[in-house]
Amino acid sequence: MLERGEVANSWRRERWDSLRLLTPNWLSRLPGHHYDGPDPDGYMTSGEVVAFIEQFAGVTAAPVRTNTAVTSVRRDDDGYRLVTSGGELRARSVVLAGGACNVPTVPALAAGLPPGVRQLTPFDYRGPDGLAEGGVLVVGGSATGVQIAAELRRSGRPVILSTGEHVRMPRLHRDRDVLWWMDATGVWDQRYDQVDDLTRARRLPSPQLVGTPERATLDLNALTDLGVELVGRLSAVRDGVLLFSGGLTNVCALADLKMKRMLAGFDQWAGLSQPEVELPPTRVPAAPRWQIDLGHGEISTVVWATGFRPDYGWLDVPVVDEKGRLRHEGGVVDSPGLYALGLPVLRRRRSTFLNGIEDDARAVTEHLATSLPVPSSHR
Amino acid sequence: MTTIDNGVNVQALLDAREVLKGAPDAAQFTWRASSKWQHGVHSTTTIEKFFGLGQEQTHKNETTFAADHPAVFAAEDNGITPIEYLLVGLAGCLTAGVASVAQNRGIQLRSVESTVEGAHDIRGILGADSDVRNGFNDIKVTFHIDADASQEEIEALVAQSQKRSAVYDALTNPTNVTVEVA
Repeated sequence: MLERGEVANSWRRERWDSLRLLTPNWLSRLPGHHYDGPDPDGYMTSGEVVAFIEQFAGVTAAPVRTNTAVTSVRRDDDGYRLVTSGGELRARSVVLAGGACNVPTVPALAAGLPPGVRQLTPFDYRGPDGLAEGGVLVVGGSATGVQIAAELRRSGRPVILSTGEHVRMPRLHRDRDVLWWMDATGVWDQRYDQVDDLTRARRLPSPQLVGTPERATLDLNALTDLGVELVGRLSAVRDGVLLFSGGLTNVCALADLKMKRMLAGFDQWAGLSQPEVELPPTRVPAAPRWQIDLGHGEISTVVWATGFRPDYGWLDVPVVDEKGRLRHEGGVVDSPGLYALGLPVLRRRRSTFLNGIEDDARAVTEHLATSLPVPSSHR
Repeated sequence: MTTIDNGVNVQALLDAREVLKGAPDAAQFTWRASSKWQHGVHSTTTIEKFFGLGQEQTHKNETTFAADHPAVFAAEDNGITPIEYLLVGLAGCLTAGVASVAQNRGIQLRSVESTVEGAHDIRGILGADSDVRNGFNDIKVTFHIDADASQEEIEALVAQSQKRSAVYDALTNPTNVTVEVA
């Protein structure tokens, strides 16, 4: 196992200070390793995730070579040649397990922002203290965007959140964690080859969830209650003026409808016909602003919570499509002996959660073991 | 299951989607209109040809649209106001979307009616107040739909129709517009 930094490196270096896991502790399990602390319904902090993964590395005696960055992987005879910061390696099989969030995605229009406005990605963001005074525009309505917007608003700054289509979820449904329902009803077990629109499922933004001791919901209504201003999807920058889509009402309507359908599905599974108190529809401002002139000084910082992408810059094997996505069938990459783990809906909807790795790893290693040619000396 | 028919050939659209996924060039369309000044603020615009699927295409019939201003604008009212054509486009696009999505979801429609209202402060175009924009301040569409579906399914039809509407997108998002003199 090659690790560019330390074990759980991205949890040490690429997370903001207050971040906690979205999954409750009891659901954060790795093969043969689970949470056994006093708070099964709580959510681990980044530091606790690091400790959890370190323990796992210890008990499994995983052969991790830390501080070994892979700079190139290329096909070589019947296997692969790897160039690393610790020298060259040959491998008959390679499993790409670098994850889906190596690089924050920033839209091209970011280049059109005036130089006086500071731009941050979630990788640059540690907490409100690192930001200048003044207003903040957070672009993106996924878990990252809503969490950063809430934290910055609580620090006293004026905050505007720009959002397109998003995934609304209550933290609790009928007093149980919404992810308990995902797990129990089998939604998370849906296989990649059973999902209606796989491309869409793999592109789905993370749900508007946050892990807090209060188990609070952090949807757009919660942000409005905090005093965050909502605007539509950022669609252009013209002469230092940000232009937002006028379609905010509809993206909120879509999210409300999808959430209702999801919760109704949970209730149906549970055989509950008595509806729970319905969540109020998303409150959209009567006239959301569709332009903000950056020259007025209202916004001093823009945070791009516009998603992440994997980095395959070091993969010199032609298995990445024109949109930068790895070509694979349930983790079996389109090149003999090459595999992937830990990508969205790799094999199941739970693939990118800690508890999703076990089944995926088993399936992928089974394929690997069967396909691996047995060396002649062992025949 | 009884077959439902809203008159939309959804299969052809789904087939086209599959084909065009791998053929982005064929998906490039150019819509064209030719306009001619008549008199006063009256003009006529004709639409017949467009380009798409890699070649010139022709509508079954050429259509001519008259644009003018009403009598309260001291004009002859030979046709609707240009900005009203945006309402025509939006209503036509959203209604087509509702019918298509309903067909795809197996929902039989009985009637689909809508009213589209554009709020317009004309001080902008008159130059009476430089803080007032020229275009609509906001647009409100109200659908009345009778269909074999729950209220929630109908709301989902209307939401999905906005999500896939060309005119809704053109009105809610900025577009680069270049006007030249040949």
